[in-house]
Amino acid sequence: MSTATDTIEEFANKEYKYGFVSDIDADTFAAGLSEDVVRRISAIKGEPEFLLEWRLKAYRHWLTMTEPTWPHVKYPPIDYQNTIYYSAPKPKKVLNSLDEVDPDLLATFEKLGISLAEQKRLSNVAVDAVFDSVSVATTFKAKLYDLGIIFCSFSEAVREHPELIKQYLGSIVPYSDNYFATLNSAVFSDGSFCYIPKGVRCPMELSTYFRINAANTGQFERTLIIADEGSYVSYLEGCTAPMRDENQLHAAVVELIALPGATIKYSTVQNWYPGDKNGVGGIYNFVTKRGKCAKDAKISWTQVETGSAITWKYPSVILQGDNSIGEFYSVALTNNKQQADTGTKMIHLGKNTRSTIVSKGISAGNGQNTYRGLVKINSGADNARNYSQCDSLLLGDRCGAHTFPYIEVKNTTSQVEHEASTSKIGEDQIFYCKQRGLSAEDAVSMIVNGFCKEVFRELPMEFAVEAQKLLGVSLEGSVG
Amino acid sequence: MLTIKNLHANVQGKPILQGIDLQINPGEVHAIMGPNGSGKSTLANVLAGRDAYEVTQGEVTFLGKDLLELEPEVRAQEGIFLAFQYPVEIPGVNNTYFLKAALNSIRKYRGLDELDAMEFLKLVREKMNVLHIDQSLLNRPVNEGFSGGEKKRNEIFQMAVLDPKLAILDETDSGLDIDALQTVAEGVNALRNPDRGIIVVTHYQRLLNYIVPDFVHVLSNGRIVKSGTKELALELEAHGYGWIDSLEPATV
Repeated sequence: MSTATDTIEEFANKEYKYGFVSDIDADTFAAGLSEDVVRRISAIKGEPEFLLEWRLKAYRHWLTMTEPTWPHVKYPPIDYQNTIYYSAPKPKKVLNSLDEVDPDLLATFEKLGISLAEQKRLSNVAVDAVFDSVSVATTFKAKLYDLGIIFCSFSEAVREHPELIKQYLGSIVPYSDNYFATLNSAVFSDGSFCYIPKGVRCPMELSTYFRINAANTGQFERTLIIADEGSYVSYLEGCTAPMRDENQLHAAVVELIALPGATIKYSTVQNWYPGDKNGVGGIYNFVTKRGKCAKDAKISWTQVETGSAITWKYPSVILQGDNSIGEFYSVALTNNKQQADTGTKMIHLGKNTRSTIVSKGISAGNGQNTYRGLVKINSGADNARNYSQCDSLLLGDRCGAHTFPYIEVKNTTSQVEHEASTSKIGEDQIFYCKQRGLSAEDAVSMIVNGFCKEVFRELPMEFAVEAQKLLGVSLEGSVG
Repeated sequence: MLTIKNLHANVQGKPILQGIDLQINPGEVHAIMGPNGSGKSTLANVLAGRDAYEVTQGEVTFLGKDLLELEPEVRAQEGIFLAFQYPVEIPGVNNTYFLKAALNSIRKYRGLDELDAMEFLKLVREKMNVLHIDQSLLNRPVNEGFSGGEKKRNEIFQMAVLDPKLAILDETDSGLDIDALQTVAEGVNALRNPDRGIIVVTHYQRLLNYIVPDFVHVLSNGRIVKSGTKELALELEAHGYGWIDSLEPATV
């Protein structure tokens, strides 16, 4: 007879579905980091002088920094000289259509269930696919172009719109921000760029699928989204990675700029290889994500984090303009030996600024899940309001949930609320479901999905389905 | 439909059931009474297949199958329903969604087509009218924030929708005031039919004023010490549970 503990055990032992390596030639640097590597990356990309200078400033600054030790995660020291900083798939020629894309690459996307061809034909999603470090296909570009929307790879933006890059790059996350963001600033290879002109409502969800492929390659992508006055954009980021033995470092930076009255909705489903059940392999996901709201602007982060060996990320909003709004909705699941230290920072500077934080942490196996959040109300932020809710769900008795809320209030007219709960999937809940005819795996899936509901409903429809499936996949074959 | 022979069961190594014999036929309502700790709820949970209850001896046959060999969800799919003494809350899971998943899981097991949303809704409306269940109950998360009475009514409502062959009501009267008790009892009575067996586990006779049983069994120290018809419950009410201590265990 299977018990609730068995179910949780099996849940924790599920196989990673997306583990495979595609066989594509990569133009790859030797491992190691030096000023020369930074210069070579910049040269390959044909970057303007200002960008090289910016990279070098970052690199030199990085040399003076030390890796942060405050996160509630444990991992062996990373050898930064044993990491490869650039890898590009061949052929590198510019592609005009999907037909020109390497069939192996397309097959990889098929396996992931992200057929570009299919998406192009059937759905309303424009996809800028980053395969290792160079963007290989961009769709729907023409349609977006008509509206004046720029949606392209970061490299292309550097070539085509250097003035925008120069103005906004590092304006939210400066090159000196933190150890990993600074590393990224020095060596970032590619990423996505998006600009929505004044008053334009982007008619489709913009989507990027990132994928780390070549062995031992750190991926340092960079995303910059600028929503001009009164515009609206919803951006989706989804990730899977092949199975690997070596740990792979991933240090991305995302900067969002919401100009007066603009809205940016940024949704992430992250499903990178979490390592095996003994904690071998898996991605180190050390990401810096931050946005800044001008007057009446709104930035909403929604994330579903189920992958990676270690997740370290705090999508944040600087509420600079009056009446601006910041939101953070998060589901983080840790299994086996996975560790997550994630949360948000809401920095209230303007008057009548509002922020909402809803964080759902799920821990299974030996997983360790930490919520770390800062709500800061500055002296000028009259009538600022924050509501935070942090809920933790434990499956089994070997995992952990931790909450570190930091609240700094310097304005007495503000209101800050914080609610937290920790619960455990009880054997009695599972038995109740089984007695009604449901299998234990359906029961766990249902309970977990119920727990995450408040976050899932913030996701765009197709992502919500994917997110539920992702949790569902975790339960495949878990009973019987 | 249900035959229990010489059933022994332990909870945490401690013997609770010590030789239960019981035969239940379709259409019959059996009341199982007894003082606290006599093993009433243990019997209900053993029949449903709860983990913490370890069967050490005896056999249980349900519709020709060895019940004790089946997983709890298979027992449910075979048609056993337990109305819980303490219904469990499942936050965030919509009551209707839960019930639809349960019903379709059972239908699938029986080789029937799964009901789509429209068909299910029609069925739910039908049952709601019979049991006077409020619509708002359906849209709330399973048992979350329900009053004691609402939880018990929800159990009976689930029973109505899942249409079990054998229903076991575990102290369904506990914690209910007299009005709620009547409502729940009416619901159960509406679900009595010639094909369905019902076991009513209760501490008090008062529930049996509303759900009139065909048979009454008195449990003491893990054994049925006396069986009779509904009059036995009244007799028990008059004399108190102290009375049964003077009785010899019923012979098989």
